[in-house]
Amino acid sequence: MSEEQIRNLEAQFEERIARDEKIEPKDWMPEKYRQTHIRQMSQHAHSEIVGMLPEGNWITRAPSLRRKVALLAKVQDEAGHGLYLYSACETLGISRDELYEQLHSGKAKYSSIFNYPTVTWADMGAIGWLVDGAAIINQVPLCNTSFGPYARAMVRVCKEESFHQRQGYEIMIKLANGTPEQKEMAQDALNRWWWPSLMMLGPTDAESVHTEQSMKWKLKRKSNDELRQQFVDQTVPQADLIGLTIPDPDLKWNEERGSYDFGEIDWDEFWQVVKGHGPMNKERMKARVGAWEGGAWVRDAAMAYASKNAERKDKEAV
Amino acid sequence: MSTKNWPLWEVFVRSKNGLEHRHFGSLHAADAEMALENARDVYTRRNEGISIWVVESKNITASNPEHNGEMFEPAQDKVYRHPTFYELPDEVKYM
Repeated sequence: MSEEQIRNLEAQFEERIARDEKIEPKDWMPEKYRQTHIRQMSQHAHSEIVGMLPEGNWITRAPSLRRKVALLAKVQDEAGHGLYLYSACETLGISRDELYEQLHSGKAKYSSIFNYPTVTWADMGAIGWLVDGAAIINQVPLCNTSFGPYARAMVRVCKEESFHQRQGYEIMIKLANGTPEQKEMAQDALNRWWWPSLMMLGPTDAESVHTEQSMKWKLKRKSNDELRQQFVDQTVPQADLIGLTIPDPDLKWNEERGSYDFGEIDWDEFWQVVKGHGPMNKERMKARVGAWEGGAWVRDAAMAYASKNAERKDKEAV
Repeated sequence: MSTKNWPLWEVFVRSKNGLEHRHFGSLHAADAEMALENARDVYTRRNEGISIWVVESKNITASNPEHNGEMFEPAQDKVYRHPTFYELPDEVKYM
């Protein structure tokens, strides 16, 4: 194809997206669109998969059967969400094995929030309430993104996600209304998860390199800072309601803006964790790679069983 | 390392009787039986279905969007396939 033909195709492509038409996997697309989508969707899928680890830590020690079935269902949903997203990503011509390889080798990233440890039961509450709360804010606009398979996967994810946040907040309500020790545990979890949750919505607009292109492709509908403000504004009253204190001395209602002003985020910490120096980066990858390698014989056995059965059926047919 | 990867399957779910099976997504499984079981866990955790079909993706033949012109445009100028093409006197009812 000549350069001019490609330019024409690109112009038509951008027009289709501007008209809110969806792009489907076999449609022509600029290489950059394909690569950007593989990167973002696989990062998203990896986050769901790695995101099971901090919570899996507490399934066997949930304080009641009610809490246990809920947490188990939530972690199972995360596995499901990872699978929807991996399949959607594979429609762009990358294999599941390559995607796993990128995660395991450290080439692909996942959400840095999962590199923090879950040290008490209250962390299950804080994760559901704050981490899933921030995730929902990030994800809802993606239900309208331009790439069809991604948008369809996100519709399913968002529908399922709202129970996650509620189950987390319910844990926090219970602890906040419990004994002084329980309330302290809830406050401690809020103290530790608040700032990482704000960071989860991404670098500030000034630092965010992909924002402009992503807005055009509808991979993003609001900027990171807008999403962060939305998260703060909706979460602060929820903390007030259950008598917990947001760990930010600069947090103040701004009458004029109709929003909360909040303190400076420690971006050094964010970049350190992204670069692999968070408290749990090594541990998470070790668990993930260990599960994959330890499961290899199961995958092989299933394939051997399937081909033996297929051969047997062929013989019987003769 | 696995010697052979699990193939890809497409999943179709009928959400209730009276409705058609609809494409829900895809997954990897070693064989058809496992594909059905995985489809149940991945796509119907909240009563989304009462019947599942799985078909190995490589068995699907798809049209190519680059040929959409010759595939679908011929239907565009055949307005006589629609009832509004035909002129009737205003007095005619129920037709």
